[in-house]
Amino acid sequence: MSLINSVPETLVTAKLDEVLNWTRKSSVWYMLFGLACCAIEMMQTGGPRSDLDRFGAVPRATPRVSDLIIVSGTLTLKMALRTKLLYEQMPDPKYVISMGSCANCGGLFQLAYSVCDGVDKVIPVDVYVPGCPPRPEALTEGLLKLQEKIQQERWLVRDTAADVANA
Amino acid sequence: MTVAEIHRLLRERLGTIVSDELKPGDWPVCEVRGQSIAEVCAILRDEPGIAFDCLSNLTAVDRKAADTIEVYYHLFSYAHGHRLVLRASTPRPDPILPTVTHLWPIADWLEREAFDLLGVRFTGHPDLRRILMPEDWVGHPLRKDFVEPDEYHGISTRRESLLKL
Repeated sequence: MSLINSVPETLVTAKLDEVLNWTRKSSVWYMLFGLACCAIEMMQTGGPRSDLDRFGAVPRATPRVSDLIIVSGTLTLKMALRTKLLYEQMPDPKYVISMGSCANCGGLFQLAYSVCDGVDKVIPVDVYVPGCPPRPEALTEGLLKLQEKIQQERWLVRDTAADVANA
Repeated sequence: MTVAEIHRLLRERLGTIVSDELKPGDWPVCEVRGQSIAEVCAILRDEPGIAFDCLSNLTAVDRKAADTIEVYYHLFSYAHGHRLVLRASTPRPDPILPTVTHLWPIADWLEREAFDLLGVRFTGHPDLRRILMPEDWVGHPLRKDFVEPDEYHGISTRRESLLKL
């Protein structure tokens, strides 16, 4: 009897998932997508004091190498279409953090004729960070929440009984 | 030259194109016949004693009750430090004014903004298209009778309250 057959199959794949997820969550490269004043706090979060880099998150200038888009600021209707285009250019798996009240729901400018009331009307959002604007600690917390989410994903085990039940 | 003297000079040169009333203040306001605005601005910019070399602002107001759109030109002179506001009215259903882009290049974007938000068309403008709203937007949002559309390219412009009251 070989070693492979002596170990339950599910145990092996689950472990591999965790290893893969650990590598993925430790290198979340985020696309710079500053739209308004929240972008100042996002720069601060990437700066030396709070330093997102220690969680493996570094800023990138293009969607084609990014895993995460941090939508920071007021999203206008004109920009909403561009946001969708940029999101579609990102390779899977991809994540979205909606940063600040404006990106969450339109915020202060919700009733304005030109503002999209929340980025979740255009692209799916994984983590909402409240605040106007959120402090760097809050955005760091948002990234940690996203890492928790990434760690729990199951890519190799598909269509298990649990997945079917959850679907 | 004081603003009152500038106003008097304009009245002598142009007659009834410029109204005889000058509303005093930090920024004195003077009504000008809309179709002659470029002519008035050319004199104000090029006359050595006046020398309004800076167009600080150009904006428009929708006066729905009077059925006009008023366009305001805020002029400032770096050489002399004096200020003047010109007010030009144009009919609301078909607002057309001559451009002043050939006098102050900054008027390019300012006139595009007035066109975008209130629908004032500036004849002679080199590139009159929307500047703030999307290119395919319908309507002019700062008009008093503007109705916000329900959706834009499938994006709903309404949002339900998340609070359960």
